[in-house]
Amino acid sequence: MPAAEAIIRLAGVKKHYALGEDVTVRALDGVDLAVQRGAYVAIMGPSGSGKSTLLNILGCLDRPTNGQYFLGGTDVSRMPDDELSLARGRMIGFIFQSYNLIAQLTVIENIQVPLLYQRKDLRVYYEHCVRLAELVGLGDRLHHRPNQLSGGQQQRVAIARSLVNDPLMILADEPTGNLDSRTGREVLELIGKLNREGKTVILVTHDERVAARAHRVIHMRDGLIDREVLNPDAPPPAPGRGEAEANQAQA
Amino acid sequence: MNPLTFQFLVIVRLGVKSLLLHKLRSALTMLGIIFGVCSVIAMLAIGEGASYEAQEAIKKLGSANIILRSVKPPEDSRQSGASRGLAVEYGLTYKDGARIQATIPGVQRVLPVRIIRENVRFAQNSIPCQVLGTLPFYPEIVGLDILRGRFLSESDELNSENVCVLTRGLAQRLFPYQDPLEHSVKIDAFYYRVVGLVRERNLPEQRTQAGKMEGQPLDNNVYIPLSASRSRFGEVLIRRGAGSFEVEKVELHQMTVQMRDTSAVETADPQIKTLLARFHSKVDYETIVPLQLLRQAEQTKRIFNIVLGSIAAISLLVGGIGIMNIMLATVTERTREIGVRRALGATRRDITMQFLVETVVLAIGGGLVGVLVGVVTPIIVSQLTTMKTIITLWSVLLAFGISGAVGVIFGLYPAKAAAELDPIEALRHE
Repeated sequence: MPAAEAIIRLAGVKKHYALGEDVTVRALDGVDLAVQRGAYVAIMGPSGSGKSTLLNILGCLDRPTNGQYFLGGTDVSRMPDDELSLARGRMIGFIFQSYNLIAQLTVIENIQVPLLYQRKDLRVYYEHCVRLAELVGLGDRLHHRPNQLSGGQQQRVAIARSLVNDPLMILADEPTGNLDSRTGREVLELIGKLNREGKTVILVTHDERVAARAHRVIHMRDGLIDREVLNPDAPPPAPGRGEAEANQAQA
Repeated sequence: MNPLTFQFLVIVRLGVKSLLLHKLRSALTMLGIIFGVCSVIAMLAIGEGASYEAQEAIKKLGSANIILRSVKPPEDSRQSGASRGLAVEYGLTYKDGARIQATIPGVQRVLPVRIIRENVRFAQNSIPCQVLGTLPFYPEIVGLDILRGRFLSESDELNSENVCVLTRGLAQRLFPYQDPLEHSVKIDAFYYRVVGLVRERNLPEQRTQAGKMEGQPLDNNVYIPLSASRSRFGEVLIRRGAGSFEVEKVELHQMTVQMRDTSAVETADPQIKTLLARFHSKVDYETIVPLQLLRQAEQTKRIFNIVLGSIAAISLLVGGIGIMNIMLATVTERTREIGVRRALGATRRDITMQFLVETVVLAIGGGLVGVLVGVVTPIIVSQLTTMKTIITLWSVLLAFGISGAVGVIFGLYPAKAAAELDPIEALRHE
């Protein structure tokens, strides 16, 4: 498996919204982007720059008006809704600004939700879910409800949930936006750790300090990629997963 | 456990959890279904019970029988006869019986009965009774249980014997300390030896005559041979009232025509009427066809059930609308959750399923409670009142089935509405 395999490739992706008879909003106006496996990419930009639209398209929540989107080698830009839903659940792990845990479910049940929609047998994966909860440091809170947890803890549950289907990438939308700086830092460290272990991470943020942790920072403006900055300070892009595990074993 | 079943159970469990999040709301929503199901079962049980009693009474008359009864002709003609000091002559005659037996096809036998009101005495006890003069096969046609001794026999009839058969309750009151079978009772001027005891039957036909006057709950009947009744009492009956007396000439008070089988009843009924009409100048008789009464009772019951059932169904409908209303509100309230679930890989079908399951759980939960309450209500009703209630299995199944169907029908729209939400919009929803 080549280390530089592009798991995400956008080719001339456009998203236009017709607002009226002859008013068209060009939210995305031809975006080309490739993201390698194991990359840590931050997307920045002012409001209205198209970064939310890009995130929606990357997250398979929306389909481009024009252009192609290859996710893990398949073109998802023209997929029917049901297939797209399944692909989304399998290949993308979402982390939201406001955690978006399901209020009536416990920690472990929240982690299990994406499994349910992949038609997986929850009994088989129970241990897996417990390990993920332990990974994010909530092994002792399995049966707590979200409203019994702090914001940082909730966000960590969301991270565990995003990992449960072993997705191709983690898509984080302002993951620290609702957290104080200390817990925000903890959450970012957790995400960084996942990236070092080989997970591809795409993160949307306003915060320069958050973006500073990424290898690549993409600045959006007016529906286009304005500029792209490679971050020399950040740790180098993780190599392929096999190597990452080998490194861990050495350490 | 099969993974698919497990999956489904998980969905149901999660649905229940969502419902438990708002316990009061769920309980109130279920209330509509509970009342609906409960009223379906209770109303049908009360309707069923009411018609059961009527049908039982009619069945006692015998479905293969046609009952003919003498009735006094209308007031004015009677008055004119009485004012002239003449006996009022009316009713069925022995000849009528013979004609019916001879000409109507399918007639098995004709049972003539004379009914005379008279006091029956033993020692110092005197009890007003109906003295029924009849033939030995009376018990077979009417279905009378002989408790002790025997009924009237052929030789009693032939010899106009002074023998009688008493109903049990009457015998107990006449003979509190003696064995009735060893004694005779005095009716009018003659003594009749008691040869048997029978069970009371409380036929509606007799209740209208006897029960009307003193509202007695049980028959006080004395059965004597028809020939004895004819010769001891004669055909002219004199009834003395306060300051007046009535004279009537009646041969037979009642005739039960037994047909060979039930199917012959309906053809014979109009034939008998035609036959009687030819020989009676006025309508001084009436016919009762138990089979027709039974059919009418069933018809009435059916209409009754439909009316009660539709009232109950409307309340179920209202309950269903209540559920739909709440589920629509729930969908709006949980828009964000729907968006999250879509982002986590839920298809539209998954979302539809989730909300449908929640609605059906509500409806079926309400249905179960409703069945419990609905089964208990008729029992309480029949305890508190004299109303008879019968809970039928089909009414329970019907009510429960409808509640499930209500869940599906009224759950589909909110569930579809939830599934049609745009995930991006839903995620942005506050």
